[in-house]
Formats: sequence, structure tokens, C-alpha cells
Amino acid sequence: MNQPTGVRVFGAVNVTLLVLLCVVMLYPFVTVLAQSFSSSGAIEAGKVSLWPVGFNVDTYIAVTSNGTFWRNYGNTVLYTVVGTTIAMVLTTTYAYVLSKKHLKGRNALIGIAVFTMFFNGGLVPNYVLISSLGMKNTMWAIVLPNAVSVFNLLVMKSFFENLPKDIEEAAQIDGLGWYGIFGRIVLPLSKPVIATMVLFYSVQYWNDWFLAFLYLDKSELFPVTLFLRNLIAGASTSASEGAAAAETTTALVSSNIQAVTMVLTVIPILCVYPFVQRYFVSGIMLGSVKG
Amino acid sequence: MPLTQDEQSPRSAIRGSTEVAAPATLPAAPPTGSRRLSKPKRQTWREAFRRDWQLYSLALLPLIFLAIFKYGPMVGNIIAFRRFRPGGSIFGDEWVGLRYIEMFINDPTFWQVFANTAILGGLTLLVGFPLPIVLALMLNEVRKKYFKKIVQSISYLPHFLSVVIIVGMVMQLLSLQGTVNQIIGAFGGEGIPFLQRPEWFRAIYVGSEVWQTLGWGTILYLAALTTVDDSLYEAAKIDGAGRWRQTWHVTIPGIRPMMVTLLILNIGMFLQVGFEKVLLLYNPLTYETADVISTYLYRVGLVSNNLSYAAAIGLFQALIGLAMVLSANLISRRMVGTSLW
Repeated sequence: MNQPTGVRVFGAVNVTLLVLLCVVMLYPFVTVLAQSFSSSGAIEAGKVSLWPVGFNVDTYIAVTSNGTFWRNYGNTVLYTVVGTTIAMVLTTTYAYVLSKKHLKGRNALIGIAVFTMFFNGGLVPNYVLISSLGMKNTMWAIVLPNAVSVFNLLVMKSFFENLPKDIEEAAQIDGLGWYGIFGRIVLPLSKPVIATMVLFYSVQYWNDWFLAFLYLDKSELFPVTLFLRNLIAGASTSASEGAAAAETTTALVSSNIQAVTMVLTVIPILCVYPFVQRYFVSGIMLGSVKG
Repeated sequence: MPLTQDEQSPRSAIRGSTEVAAPATLPAAPPTGSRRLSKPKRQTWREAFRRDWQLYSLALLPLIFLAIFKYGPMVGNIIAFRRFRPGGSIFGDEWVGLRYIEMFINDPTFWQVFANTAILGGLTLLVGFPLPIVLALMLNEVRKKYFKKIVQSISYLPHFLSVVIIVGMVMQLLSLQGTVNQIIGAFGGEGIPFLQRPEWFRAIYVGSEVWQTLGWGTILYLAALTTVDDSLYEAAKIDGAGRWRQTWHVTIPGIRPMMVTLLILNIGMFLQVGFEKVLLLYNPLTYETADVISTYLYRVGLVSNNLSYAAAIGLFQALIGLAMVLSANLISRRMVGTSLW
């Protein structure tokens, strides 16, 4: 097919711009990776960009032999697993109830959830609440406050609404109650949306640092994101936590350690990303179907 | 369809015998043929509970959660009007009226951070809202499926990173030894400590925001683009429309409802500029442009312990946000006929 020149030029420009975009998107990852393997001298001299200079793995050894790092990494895993479990229980049950169009009071139940999307209590009342519940310095301050995402809830609701009705009806005629229908019929049919939601919530919990920053004082409870935050903050202002991490590794500049910690924090997400992105995308699509 | 028709189904027979019916009964089998005979009758709560108590009980835990962790803090905003004593009641000890409201209205720092918030939010909206549309249109023009997929995969990636990682990357790129200063150095320029310069803060904030959200922001537009009817393009072609005019007259109108919906949502979140990111990125040297309402109230409330005063500021911010969503929604319903609800 012979296309007019204008179209071909347009196509070429378009592709070039998109390739450029990809470079811009990937560059920060590459440079952080390069720094993580570089010698501190090379980083300080500003020589590191795309490729490690003075290749070594000393920083990796230093960071991975740091007990606090692993403890915090473990905390992240724990918070992610517990948080996601709680979030899934709350989200699935509520979404299922909301998906039942005949239910009296359904609109009120939806409104109660949706309203929290547009109006929230704010930082200070939240802080006062969590403190007065005695949740400071416990895992609950991390896993509970954000356990229901209204967006995820609405995505699940529209998924349940689109399930074929006749299976549930047949089960009803067979005398199964709502518990039975939900547990034995609906949930097994909902594996794709459940997978999507588990991933959404896991990423949310894995990435969270702020709740930990607000409510945790003891470094043995920190998630790894807060460990990293303290390295970053330590590099620019007070060096309390950053110095603690650097103690074991006297010779290393902290941008080395930062880079390694960033790489190690991101790796789990990068590893699952290729497999799960289609779920993420389909999850978003589901949500865009107006319910 | 016994699951959906209940509002219309004749419940009067059951209603008379509420006391005797078994508690766990589910919707009765469809009462054949009788639908037309009875007038649509609203269920009473009693009937609804009798029939669907299992459903209601499933909603119980989430409702308790919402009540405590979402509505609790909303009510907790009452401390904006009451004196709060640490260790005292979480709803404060005594009424002080509008004292804290007056306090922030007369607080010059508040207006400074308010302006910063509006500028930062406005810039983010101005740059961050149209770019995903442009990218989606560009992706839509790509013929090679695998190339499109690769670009999508790469551009979605930053969305999944923690804000701590994003800020870490920003700091590494913009440090005196970082890439940007390496380039400046290569051209013989002086190194710039970007993160210590208030005049750079907005660009850094908006740039990193766009970097993180651009790709992910295209998803909904790409979904909307697939729904545009191909025959419209054919018709436009026959009418002699070139690529640009096809885009302008067919594609853009096709995704307009999505654009409006997302614009409303973005306007609603206008004042909630990325609190966490600002908190990580700013420092006293850049407060002048970087300090926003949420970071200010964080420092006032949780660092300096003026909880009531900070709650008053927070309440004000939340109310403005709510008002903005509602009015954006109203305007768009009047003007384009699209609204969130």
C-alpha cells in the first residue's frame, strides 16, 4: 500500500516521539541501577549515568548485611500480606452486597462509600483517632486506615453485577443462602477480579510509607519504604537514620546506599509487573464501566 | 429474574405471615404469572431484612470499618471548633466557636501556602491533564501492535512505584553529581542545587508528577478510543477529511465524555496536591514555593501540636475540595450533559 508522504512522515515522527518517551521513562531506573553498582568515588565525581563506573557489589553486600534493612523488609512483607487480606475481605463482601440491585437501602450503602471519596476526615482527626485507639506503634495503624479503596470497591461491584444471573438464581432455587451463593459460586467465578484487586492492594501496601511515618516511632517496626525515606532525608538534613545505616559501611557515600535500597525495594514490583499488568489494565477498564 | 424484580413482586402474601416464615428464607421462587396482577409495592424494611439478612450481615464489617476509619475522622473535625487537649476527649473539651477559623484567616502564612497550593495544583492540572490525551491519541495512531504494547508497558511502570522511590530518583537525577548537572557541566555551565532553589520546585514537582502519571493516565482514554465507531472514520474519509480532521471531528468527540469525567475528578482533587511528595521533596530552603496547605497543617498540627488549628485548616481544605467537585459536576452536567452522578 502506497501511503502519501504526509502520512508516512507523521508515522515516523510519532514513533520517534514515542521511543523518546520510553527513554525518558526508563532512564531514571537505569541510572539508579548504574549507581548501585558504581564506586562511591565515581558517583561523587559525577561520572555515573547509564553504566556503572568502578563496578562493584560492595554496597549490595553492605546493605544486605544490615539487620535493620532485612527486618524492615520483612515488615513490609508482613504489612502487605495482612493489609491485603483485610482489605480483600472488606472489599469483596461489601462489593457483593452493593451489586445486588434489588437490595433495599442499596443506594444508601453505595452513597456511604462513595461520599468518602470526595470528602475525607483529614490528617489531624485521623491522627487523633488512631492515637486514641491505641494503635500507634502497632501494625494496625498501617494496615487498617486505608483498608477499603472506594475505587477498587466500585470496580468489584461492577464485576459482580456483570456476572451471569442465572447461575445464582439456580443456586437460590436449590435452597442455597446468600452466604453459600457468595462463597461457593460467586467467589470461584471471580478469580480474575480478585487477582486484580489483590495486586492493587498489595502495591498500595508495599509502597506505603506515610502511615508508618506518622504512627511508628520504633525503627524495628518500620517498613522498608520508611527505611529508604530516612536514608534520603538523612542525606539532605539530619543524618540520624542514614548515619545508622552507614555505620557498617564507613567508606560508602549515602547515594550508593540509597540506590541499592531503591533497587531492592523496587525489584519485587518489577518482577511481578510483566505478569500482572494486563490484570491492572483490565481492572481499570472494569472500573470505567459506569455502575 | 427473581433477583432483580423484587420491587415489583407481590410480597403481600408473605407480609401477612411474617411471624411464621422461616428466618433464613431467600427470595421465594418466582411467583409465576402473578406479576401483572399486583401493583408494584415497596418492600418494608422488615421484609427486606427477613429476606436478605445474610446480605445485610455481609455488609456489617465494611460498614463498621467505614464508620470508624472514614466517618470517625469526619466527625473528629469537630475539634476545629473545640479546644483539644492531648489525652483528653478525641472530640475536644470545650467549645471555642470560630476561634481557629479566624486564626487561619488572619494568618499570612496560611494565605501563602494557599496560593502555593493553587499554583501547584493549577500547573499540575494544566500540564498533567492534556498530556495523557495526547499520548493516547499518539498510541492510537501506532500500527504495530507489539510496539504499542511495549510503549504502554514502559509508560505504565512508574505508576506502581512508591512516592519514596520517585523522590529518591528525582534527588539522584538532580543532585550536584546527577545527570542533569552532568549535562549542564558538559556544556560548561555551573552546577545548580535544584532542590535547594525555590524557583525550581514547581517545575520539579510537576515534571515528576507527569513522569509518574502520564502513561497510566492514557488507559481510560485508550479504552474510550476503542469504542469509537469505525464507520465514522470511513464516513469522514469519504467526505475528504485528512488525518488531522478525522482526529478533530471523530476521535476527540468520541472520547469527550471520558475527558469531562476525568476533568471533574481532577478538579476535585485540585487542592489535594501530592502531600506525600511535597513532604518528601521540600525543605526549609524551598518553603517559599513548596509549602502547601497539607504540609503546613502537618507541621502546625503534628509537629507543633496545634491540633485544633490544623484541623480547622484541614476542614477548610476538604470543604473546598467537596465544593469544587460538586460545582464542576454541576457545570459539566449543564454544559455538556456528562456528570459523575
